[in-house]
Amino acid sequence: MKLKYFSAPYLVWMVIFIVVPLLMVAYFAFTNDGGGFTIKHISAVGQYTNIFVRSIWLSLIATAICLVVAYPIAYILSRMEKHRQGTMLMLVMLPMWMNFLLRTYAWMAILGNNGIINHLLTVIGAQPVKLINTSGAVVLGMVYNYLPFMILPLYSVMEKIDKSVIEAASDLGCNSFSTIFRVIFPLSLPGVTSGITMVFVPAISTFIISRMLGGGSNLLIGDLIEMQFLGNSYNPHLGAAISLVLMALILVIMTVMNQFSPDDQVLM
Amino acid sequence: MKRYRRIFSLALSAVLFTSLLTGCSDSADSSAEDGTDAEGASEAQTLTVSDPDYYTRFKGEGLSINVYNWGEYISTGADEGTLDVNAEFTKLTGINVNYTNYATNEELYAKLKGGGAAYDVIIPSDYMISKMIKENMIQKMDFDNIPNFKYIMPNFRNLAYDPENEYSVPYTWGTVGIIYDETVVDIPEEEIDWDLLWNEDYADQILMFDNPRDAFAIAESLEGYSMNTEDPEELEAAARKLMKQKNIVQGYVMDEIFDKMGAGDALIAPYYAGDALTILEDNDSLNFVVPKSGTSLFIDAMCIPVGARQKEAAEMYINFMCEPDIAYANIDYICYSTPHQAAYDMLDEEVRTSPISYPDEQFIADKTTVFVNLSDEANRKMQDLWTEMKSAEDENTNTWIAPIFLILCVIVSIVTLIRRHIKSKKDIF
Repeated sequence: MKLKYFSAPYLVWMVIFIVVPLLMVAYFAFTNDGGGFTIKHISAVGQYTNIFVRSIWLSLIATAICLVVAYPIAYILSRMEKHRQGTMLMLVMLPMWMNFLLRTYAWMAILGNNGIINHLLTVIGAQPVKLINTSGAVVLGMVYNYLPFMILPLYSVMEKIDKSVIEAASDLGCNSFSTIFRVIFPLSLPGVTSGITMVFVPAISTFIISRMLGGGSNLLIGDLIEMQFLGNSYNPHLGAAISLVLMALILVIMTVMNQFSPDDQVLM
Repeated sequence: MKRYRRIFSLALSAVLFTSLLTGCSDSADSSAEDGTDAEGASEAQTLTVSDPDYYTRFKGEGLSINVYNWGEYISTGADEGTLDVNAEFTKLTGINVNYTNYATNEELYAKLKGGGAAYDVIIPSDYMISKMIKENMIQKMDFDNIPNFKYIMPNFRNLAYDPENEYSVPYTWGTVGIIYDETVVDIPEEEIDWDLLWNEDYADQILMFDNPRDAFAIAESLEGYSMNTEDPEELEAAARKLMKQKNIVQGYVMDEIFDKMGAGDALIAPYYAGDALTILEDNDSLNFVVPKSGTSLFIDAMCIPVGARQKEAAEMYINFMCEPDIAYANIDYICYSTPHQAAYDMLDEEVRTSPISYPDEQFIADKTTVFVNLSDEANRKMQDLWTEMKSAEDENTNTWIAPIFLILCVIVSIVTLIRRHIKSKKDIF
């Protein structure tokens, strides 16, 4: 029972830095400059539907690519010998030690019109291709930056799958294909859902990746919100309204996502 | 304005071939023989101030002031033989300087408006100054504390943004022009004009300002409107013009112009004269032209925001920035044009006669426009048009996939729920 008191600092922290700001966002979203109630800003969010759709679409692609790429990596990692796992896990984390902005800058140099890839293409005599400032580059940036967030939860779930379960599956006549689909995949579902959450949520609200790799013409919701607070159009009320709608949207998507996870393991 | 320059140079030089890191004062520094460290450098140059007593008033009180300036907009002593202006100020007066940067006027505005930050000296541009005066965000200065205001050229006093000159002390000015790669762009220099930014021959090689005010000004100038127009129809026409350009624009950027043009990633970009000159120093293939048809002229001036904690120290700092030696050190380092008579007289003949830094007065009078603050409606209109332009879909594919995916998800989850419901009922029996 006493253990409960240890959570008090975190509770206080949550109230001050999560609940209060959320209430402030809601307050700003529903008020005008004078402080009066208005739904003007919330209804104005509707005109940015195409930006919402683009953000959702790009981050869905990025999440799907992350999942497809991370799943085999996580599986292989979890089946490795213990002493190797540590090293490999460190390699997965290694890029995260470097500053996020700097890594994205490096991509700018790689993808640029005179960047490394196009430079190599011209050396071998091929036509340079437009890589940077496309939505593909934005997706690449998201995948690159958020891939570890997919690998880690998948790995930690798969690591706990008992080897004997897999042995039992093959003992009872599963080939490797059905072992993966009927045993490993269902057991790793909690990892899949939390991995998707951890990639999708930051990807949908990113703004610096789309600014740096999208050339400013692939506007995402994050850019739009940033413009309202720090950018050219100073309108915190509209910014708060957009954030609120985005939050509601993410909540809906996450609820839908949780329907896929096993009955008693609802992860947010 | 060159917020990312150094960071990016570092990354680039590591990844690519050469370092882009420069200051434009290399040529001027060659006279200073030694100065391997900043200390030695500052001693090599003798700093004389007009009134030492004035500056030592607050010594020993441990004061500090918060200065908020554009990135790379002051002499930092990073290059050999140049002054570290803030360190000199602290040495002279005993007042510490907390120096931070912003990249756009709007960022500065948002920061001040958002509250929670108390700055003592800020350096906004013309139209932002009049906006801040109107919204009561900056305060009148005591010009008795700024005797060095006498050095400011008469034609930079009492300008439209601050008619009585009570709120601001001009720091720099400059024009906007076009920087382009003359080895590729096959158009004689005299014929270069804003329409180069719409030239489809250079599709995907053109950069554009990521800032509605500057971008609209270019489109408005091409359409023959005033750069300060508030007419909704003219704004819409300018937005359509920008929309036409969108297909051939490589990217909407601000400070990144510096790196992208320097690295040869783009061929054509609009840019501010001072920063452009800095790039030209290192790139023989680049050229900078101020369009003949007209351009905008900006003036950045030092102001004291309402809520400043150390007003007198701030005035002292502003006065210090107007010391001839300091003004010269700054202007020599950042390459913008100076409104400071004494600093101007110290410049090399070559710089003083440069048509880029100091265009002749006739051109300034006839062809340049200083931005004024637009009405709230016009600002909002411009903002909406800008967002609309930027978010317009150029690839029509895929827009319907996300909603369909969402609907699918909902259907699947409903099916799952129903299945679970049936299952749980079965379990009971």
